[in-house]
Amino acid sequence: MHMNRMKDRSVSLTDLTKNFLEMEPDLTAKEAMDEANRCLYCYDAPCITACPTSINIPSFIKKIASGNLKGSAKVIMDANPVGASCARVCPTEELCEGACVLNDASQPIMIGNLQRHAANWAIHNNAQLFKAGARNGKSVAIIGGGPAGLSSARELARLGFDVTIFEAKDKAGGLDTHGIVSFRLPQRVSMWEVEQVESLGVMIRTNTIVGRDIGPEEILTAYDAVVLAIGMASVPPLGIEGETARGVYDAIEFVESTKTPPMDTHLTGKKVVVIGAGNTAIDAATCSVRLGAADVKMLYRRTEAEMTAYEFEYEFAKQEGVEFRWLTQPIGIIQDEEGAVKGVKCLQMELGAADESGRRRPIPVEGSEFTIEADAVIRAIGQARYVKLIEAFGLTHKWGTVKVDLNTYQTSNAKVYAAGDVIFGDGQGDAMVVTAAEQGKQTAYSIYKQLVGLGMVQTS
Amino acid sequence: MADLRVNFAGIKAPNPFWLASAPPTNSGYQVQRAFEAGWGGAVWKTLGDPVINTSSRFAAMHFNGQRVAGFNNIELITDRPLEVNLKEIYETKKRFPNHAVIASLMVEPKQEKWHEIVKKVEAAGVDGLELNFGCPHGMAERGMGAASGQVPELVEKQTRWAKEAANTPVIVKLTPNITDITATAWAAVQGGADAISMINTINSLAGVDLDSWNTVPHVAGKGAHGGYCGPAVKPIALNMVAECARNPEINIPISGIGGISNWKDAAEFILMGAGSVQVCTAAMHHGFSIVEDMIDGLNNYLDDKQLASVKELIGRTVPRYSDWGNLDLNYKIVADINTDTCINCNKCHIACEDTAHQCIDMLTSPDGNKYLQVRTEDCVGCNLCSIVCPVDGAIDMIEIPNGPPMTWNERQAAIKQPIA
Ligand SMILES: Cc1cc2nc3c(=O)[nH]c(=O)nc-3n(C[C@H](O)[C@H](O)[C@H](O)COP(=O)(O)OP(=O)(O)OC[C@H]3O[C@@H](n4cnc5c(N)ncnc54)[C@H](O)[C@@H]3O)c2cc1C
Ligand SMILES: Cc1cc2nc3c(=O)[nH]c(=O)nc-3n(C[C@H](O)[C@H](O)[C@H](O)COP(=O)(O)O)c2cc1C
Ligand code: SF4
Ligand code: SF4
Ligand code: SF4
Repeated sequence: MHMNRMKDRSVSLTDLTKNFLEMEPDLTAKEAMDEANRCLYCYDAPCITACPTSINIPSFIKKIASGNLKGSAKVIMDANPVGASCARVCPTEELCEGACVLNDASQPIMIGNLQRHAANWAIHNNAQLFKAGARNGKSVAIIGGGPAGLSSARELARLGFDVTIFEAKDKAGGLDTHGIVSFRLPQRVSMWEVEQVESLGVMIRTNTIVGRDIGPEEILTAYDAVVLAIGMASVPPLGIEGETARGVYDAIEFVESTKTPPMDTHLTGKKVVVIGAGNTAIDAATCSVRLGAADVKMLYRRTEAEMTAYEFEYEFAKQEGVEFRWLTQPIGIIQDEEGAVKGVKCLQMELGAADESGRRRPIPVEGSEFTIEADAVIRAIGQARYVKLIEAFGLTHKWGTVKVDLNTYQTSNAKVYAAGDVIFGDGQGDAMVVTAAEQGKQTAYSIYKQLVGLGMVQTS
Repeated sequence: MADLRVNFAGIKAPNPFWLASAPPTNSGYQVQRAFEAGWGGAVWKTLGDPVINTSSRFAAMHFNGQRVAGFNNIELITDRPLEVNLKEIYETKKRFPNHAVIASLMVEPKQEKWHEIVKKVEAAGVDGLELNFGCPHGMAERGMGAASGQVPELVEKQTRWAKEAANTPVIVKLTPNITDITATAWAAVQGGADAISMINTINSLAGVDLDSWNTVPHVAGKGAHGGYCGPAVKPIALNMVAECARNPEINIPISGIGGISNWKDAAEFILMGAGSVQVCTAAMHHGFSIVEDMIDGLNNYLDDKQLASVKELIGRTVPRYSDWGNLDLNYKIVADINTDTCINCNKCHIACEDTAHQCIDMLTSPDGNKYLQVRTEDCVGCNLCSIVCPVDGAIDMIEIPNGPPMTWNERQAAIKQPIA
């Protein structure tokens, strides 16, 4: 996100839908051309290495400069099947833009925005960029239609596999479609990526929950390989008193409710408390602001230094008017007679010695209990795992993080591959759309190697 | 997917993008890397009696933050022995039988010298020959390069000598350091050339160092003129190609060279009559990989235009290039400022006010907004405002009806008609 490019930052209390329109404007044609011509077209460019999907950045930028927008979009989408979404949600400062050689010399190239510019061309022109490969007679089931599943499906289809995606929700796209705030990623962008995958003949069976509507056994026998790309589950309970009160939300479900109109108006003018300080917590807090909440506080039991949200997210939340309460541990939710949230009981914390993660452990300050008034509480303390389904497949896992061989993405069952958030944690990868996309691609190449054979992976 | 293959005067190549004879084609290693990257052909760095090159030899013109708007060199022909080059040409051709390998040649203006070198390079397996009559420095002092390329009789005579011995197509590369390029092009045709290529570099001095007062570049404190190429020379090259293409007496294929940096430049040369294009500076600036977008971009362009092959693009604009006397004097366009997209920099106003026809008014609307308006009746349609305008689409040049067409030539003819 480039804060200085956000034009209208005001929040409308009368038209909430407006608050959820994409905030950072598209580059104008002139901006895109000026910026594209500023790129040095480096050889062995560090920006490419810093992109988890290894998009050939100088190549797609050069194509913008030469007016070959179709070619540019193709370079992007070839390496990254969800490249239009990534252009909007990647933490570019930490990735490609952070590695741009111009960081010290002047300003890094706005790679994300240029990527968005080229991908927009493909969206507006409804360009079909890739073709399905000649059928190789093998079939693959993909469980979960998020970035990891879609990416795997796209590459498998190009390699000639017969691919079926099983998706629990009514729309594919995973968190791109349902979980990332609309003012950064409008749903239509993710849906375009879904359509691109479908146009290669991939069958997407929506509203189908594996484990409920169809069992693991059935899938394992009907397909030659299975890709588990179910992501992570809902936010776990806080484990404190009063959690079931009316007005306590799961951050992911809360953000999801803002992805499609009509917008919920009942937070307008209200006090909201968000518990947690990761990426999801920031999204929940800024969504609350955009739903018209009068006062939004984020509670975190550690300090600014330990929070996991990115710098730009923190900066953005502050600018949106979110108040941060550090070293604050919620210990109970207070409700009124009707069972609705009234406030949050908290303890003041201080930092003690470092724990096993290397971060200093927060410890309560004796007798510091206090109350924060609230009309709504949003839980945003990470995501639980689909342990039941993982175990139904009989896969080795650690606290719900499925164990894979990082060379092949095979799980403890050689027929089952896994990618995306379902393998995140325990030292494996990052929970980002772009890593999910890369891992999805890699499962496809690995399946091709195992089932079809040797040789170069050739896609058309 | 359009068909990009070309057959240029009998020289076949997978695409029209060739490397010009210059440092990028100095060795087998380089040419093979270029073919791997996608280049369809390469004109080998000019062969001849190896020479000593100076250090330093290059300089460039940077323009407002963009590097290498133009490139200047005082390099000569190959500095490696002929035998080594011939061996590498042979190896390259063997590895890439379907790519065009063309030998650029420059020898003393003697018949037996031409016969000798033509036989040697053809024995190495080249697909064609390019006679370098264009090097503007160093070689000219020895009666070669531009020295012979500026004299039509010498061009004709040497082309004939090369043709006498040649079995492969002979391309004559022309120097732009001449008043009328069609004169030497025509001489090449007379000498039996199968094709012409243009342009070689234009006499130039890149700059002067304001602290040391040395020329840029300089060799131990002394400078000499070099040859200019790169994006800045494109309009000059394009005109020369076009002048030859529209001349009915120069009826042989043309390879376009000069300032070609991307597929768009290439497409313009092809529209203006080039059957292949050659590139030097852009490759020197960015490496061989630039050809990928040249191929991809041209391909997408041909698809957009619904042309099945690049051959269908060649020369399509040539019939529209003519003499000034055939232009319609009654054609009238005027500037029209789009106030919605205008950013009020007023550059169009001051350009017109100070240096054109004083017809863009700076006005203020009743609600206090400043805006600009063209007084159409005074506008001569010169384009200056739209050229200086930084915003795409803020100034449209629109055609207005202005009577039936009438060219200068028609007018002169009409005046001469006796009044009936
Ligand atoms: C609020 C929020 C904001 C985020 N913001 C960013 C960001 O700005 N940038 C970034 O890079 N990353 C962000 N992330 C992380 C990113 O969204 C994930 O890392 C990424 O979506 C993981 O992709 P995935 O395909 O593994 O899982 P998901 O996107 O979670 O997709 C999994 C899919 O599987 C389906 N599924 C689950 N169980 C079943 C089942 N049993 N049967 C069938 N289908 C099933 C789900 O419905 C879902 O569609 C954010 C995450 C959250 C929660
Ligand atoms: C450093 C340098 C060396 C060159 N040497 C030769 C040469 O040996 N023979 C030749 O025919 N042209 C030579 N040229 C001219 C190029 O082949 C080409 O005609 C010219 O550079 C214009 O193309 P460009 O604008 O793409 O660079 C040389 C150009 C440069 C920059
Ligand atoms: S590092 Fe920066 S300048 Fe170099 S290619 Fe990448 S984006 Fe362009
Ligand atoms: S480009 Fe290479 S050969 Fe030329 S001066 Fe630099 S390092 Fe030396
Ligand atoms: S030059 Fe263009 S942008 Fe500037 S005032 Fe004129 S029309 Fe407007």
